[in-house]
Amino acid sequence: MSARSDSASLEGEAEGFTVPGPKSLVWCLLAVLLAGIAAPWVAQGTDLSMMWPEAWHIPIQSWITDFFKWFGNEAGIGPLKVRDITRALSAALEVPLEVTEGILFRGLPDWDIKPLPWVVVVIGTGLLGHWLGGVRLGLFCALSGLYIAVFGLWADAMRTLSIVLVSVPVAALTGLALGIWATRSKRAAKALGVVFDVMQATPHMAYLVPVVVLFGFGQVPAMMATVIFAMPPMARCVILGIATVPADIIEAGRMSGSTRRQLLWKVEIPAAHQTLMLGLNQVVMQTLAMAVIASLVGASGLGQKLLFSLQQLYIGKATEQGIAIVLIAVVLDRLTQAWAYRAPHYEPEDKPWWQRHRHLLAFLAVLVASVVLARFLPALLTLPKELTVSVGKEIDIGVRWFSKNAYDYIGPVRDWITVWLLLPLRNFYLALPWPVVFLALGYAGWRLAGVQTMLLILAMVATIALSGMWEPAMMTLYLVTAAAVLCVLIGVPIGIWASRSERVARGVMTMCDTLQTFPSFIYLIPVIMLLKVGDLANIVAILAYAAVPAIRFTYLGLRRVPVVTNEAARATGCTPRQRLFKVELPIAMPEIMLGINQTIMMALAMTAITALIGSRDLGQEIYKALPGADTGRGIMAGLGIAFIGIIADRLIGAWAMKRKRELGMLD
Amino acid sequence: MLRKTILSAAFSAAVAGSFVMGAARADVPESSEPIKIVTNNWTSQLVLAHVVGDLLMDMGYNVEYVPSDTQLQFTAIAAGDMDFQVEVWEGSMAESFNNAMADGLVDMGAHNAVTREDWWYPSYMNDMCPGLPDWKALDDCAELFATVETAPKGRFVGPPADWGKHYSERIDALGMNYEEVAVGQAATLWAELQSAYDRQEPIVLFNWTPNFIEAKFDGEFVVFPEYDPACLTDPAWGMNPDAVYDCGAPASGYLKKAGSPDLEATWPAAYAFLQNVNFSNDQIAAAAAMVDVDGMTPEEAAEQWIESNKDVWSAWTM
Repeated sequence: MSARSDSASLEGEAEGFTVPGPKSLVWCLLAVLLAGIAAPWVAQGTDLSMMWPEAWHIPIQSWITDFFKWFGNEAGIGPLKVRDITRALSAALEVPLEVTEGILFRGLPDWDIKPLPWVVVVIGTGLLGHWLGGVRLGLFCALSGLYIAVFGLWADAMRTLSIVLVSVPVAALTGLALGIWATRSKRAAKALGVVFDVMQATPHMAYLVPVVVLFGFGQVPAMMATVIFAMPPMARCVILGIATVPADIIEAGRMSGSTRRQLLWKVEIPAAHQTLMLGLNQVVMQTLAMAVIASLVGASGLGQKLLFSLQQLYIGKATEQGIAIVLIAVVLDRLTQAWAYRAPHYEPEDKPWWQRHRHLLAFLAVLVASVVLARFLPALLTLPKELTVSVGKEIDIGVRWFSKNAYDYIGPVRDWITVWLLLPLRNFYLALPWPVVFLALGYAGWRLAGVQTMLLILAMVATIALSGMWEPAMMTLYLVTAAAVLCVLIGVPIGIWASRSERVARGVMTMCDTLQTFPSFIYLIPVIMLLKVGDLANIVAILAYAAVPAIRFTYLGLRRVPVVTNEAARATGCTPRQRLFKVELPIAMPEIMLGINQTIMMALAMTAITALIGSRDLGQEIYKALPGADTGRGIMAGLGIAFIGIIADRLIGAWAMKRKRELGMLD
Repeated sequence: MLRKTILSAAFSAAVAGSFVMGAARADVPESSEPIKIVTNNWTSQLVLAHVVGDLLMDMGYNVEYVPSDTQLQFTAIAAGDMDFQVEVWEGSMAESFNNAMADGLVDMGAHNAVTREDWWYPSYMNDMCPGLPDWKALDDCAELFATVETAPKGRFVGPPADWGKHYSERIDALGMNYEEVAVGQAATLWAELQSAYDRQEPIVLFNWTPNFIEAKFDGEFVVFPEYDPACLTDPAWGMNPDAVYDCGAPASGYLKKAGSPDLEATWPAAYAFLQNVNFSNDQIAAAAAMVDVDGMTPEEAAEQWIESNKDVWSAWTM
């Protein structure tokens, strides 16, 4: 995602307008504020509606819905229908999925093959970890596997793993192909950049509706949605990786007479290897992030079981299932990272072959032994239920005890925040007359980044208004603003704290990782129990997820303050407090702003998930579109969220770039 | 294993019986293609789906379970991506169901079980608000149910906005002192209920029967003016002469089954069997309780149910 901000800021730089007078922006803000406060009185006196007039809506939504209906059912060239093509594609993807599922948990009865015994998978992952990253990684991998088995989640985890194992290569290869294409053609790069921006800013749920219309229901369509969501980071990393291959390496490749193809595969790709691995890593993370959401369109596995547990209010069980998803993500993440950073390692030739391949041999030994033993000891094949454990009930009791007893303290705070902060803010946003919103955003875009950006922003706002999404969009803006402000108030101090001590930093970063991979659906339920259905519950649920980038980027920004600058401040006799506020924070400000930018993105993405709680925002519109396969509604709401995100991104990115230039941090 | 043998024995007997009677059936299974059964995310549906699936498997069919969203499923069934849904609720699914029938979805008949969806409150409210379950008494206690957002009106925790319930209209039509706060999804309702129940707080929310809530919480439906189809169309009907929706929901809505357009042609015997499948309220509640109260998985509950209700399902296979 950070790559997007870079491209956005680069654009701002290219247009290179004069530095905006901060004063004029302040005036502009004041004008908006006044308009928002005055609007209700004006509106009362006149007939003037502050909402975008309904008569100006154009039925974009039903056009899109009809288009997809036609496209999915009737469109085609001659006898070959689009529907046949998409279904054939589904069928083709089903083959590798069936093989993986067969090996991991189903077995292949046609060839009389039993599924891999869980012992083999656990020890095998352990051995792989040991081979790639040493004892600690090996132990971690094996213990994670053991957790899944002991908590009785094996079959479901293997189902989820099968989807991951098939969609990751598909997403990675598609990303690679698109990325290479973009490095070969300027026009492709530009077009893909825009497409990826929109794809990543659109909440994953919005993809599900068209996917169902085109690909049907079940494992494979869920996989398609996953691939669509997980592919852009890979493509971006490919573009970035190839673009940053040092010129002398490419020159050397040219001098030794490489053809264009050789240059790509033998020089550029190997040289960009580490960036590519980062992309792969992102693909893995995104794939698991989709695990729960994909189950809404028929993916079975951990995600589906998790939703079922939540539906029955088995929070403890859902937590166990959520932890399993996190563990799969972290194991795959650490394994790919270890693979990426593994120093080339050559065993001396004179060692006997069995010493050079001891990991492989050990795995084969375990495999053969388990398969043979499993015939006599079925517990090796699937762990019997009596041997599994669950602390779900205890967690449930704990959560309920907490919600019962903490409510006396939390209730009044909730009421105070709702009445004195949230409701006024909401009324303010809903009362904002649309011309004021257009003018303010257009002006900010023009001053910060230039005419082109201004036009882009206005076009986006107009699209939202024309498609009849004005009110939900304002509600979204309200929730996201409130959440973002809280995220900054909480995240930035934590980031500062982390930057002061290495030990704190390690703890905080682990917490951040967990918060981001842990399926956010789970904490919605305790949040509702404590805060009741309402805006505050929405905001708190968003907060848990979206505060992470605010923490991370503040930490990074502060860590990147040049040592010399810090030394100079120390030498001039600054107290630590002065140093922080007068030197470090101003210098880190652009980074922090990018963090806030990311926070806004995450908050927007979360509105689709907090729709489960209930509100009237764009996330809810997406959620409502899902059941009726109302493609138009889903897509327009998704785009609305994407547009809000892109507008925020362009404005903040341009501002951060200007600030960096002023501080002399850019050449 | 033992169960399997008993079942297949019972089935061979049933099939043999039909042969004797001369009603020779086509070879079962007619196709090795799996029959795709929809599973949703609430207990009774899951258990029932597995009961039906297990029975079909014992007849020799291949069965696959496909998890799905409650509304999206009908589009998929009509398109033939899934073949059978065992629970179609009148109150919350009638619209999607009827729409999908135009695209080929097959109405496979109703269960004996009836469904009811309406305002519901936990029984401890009876003491706090005398006169319940009558809606007028509820209206008099409105302030008890108020929160800061809704005060001075009472808060009614309503179903997701797109379930087509028109409760806000009912509040207006009956002139009630309430405000509806719509949740995003059913789980939210239960979270609200659970926490209010633990704190013995006033709450009135949307609920339906049969579902697992009855097994876990004591409570009752609010009694509104009795339902009449005219209430939804004719403003003159009912106590408010200028408004529709001035009545409660039907106290006994249907619970149907739905099938894909290809079901009958591809697996005629399975189709006949599925048409016969018929659950009652008690059977559904008992099936759900095995999971929600006894802590079985839906799969285990289905096996258990089949074992202890042989007389019920053997009638369907005739």
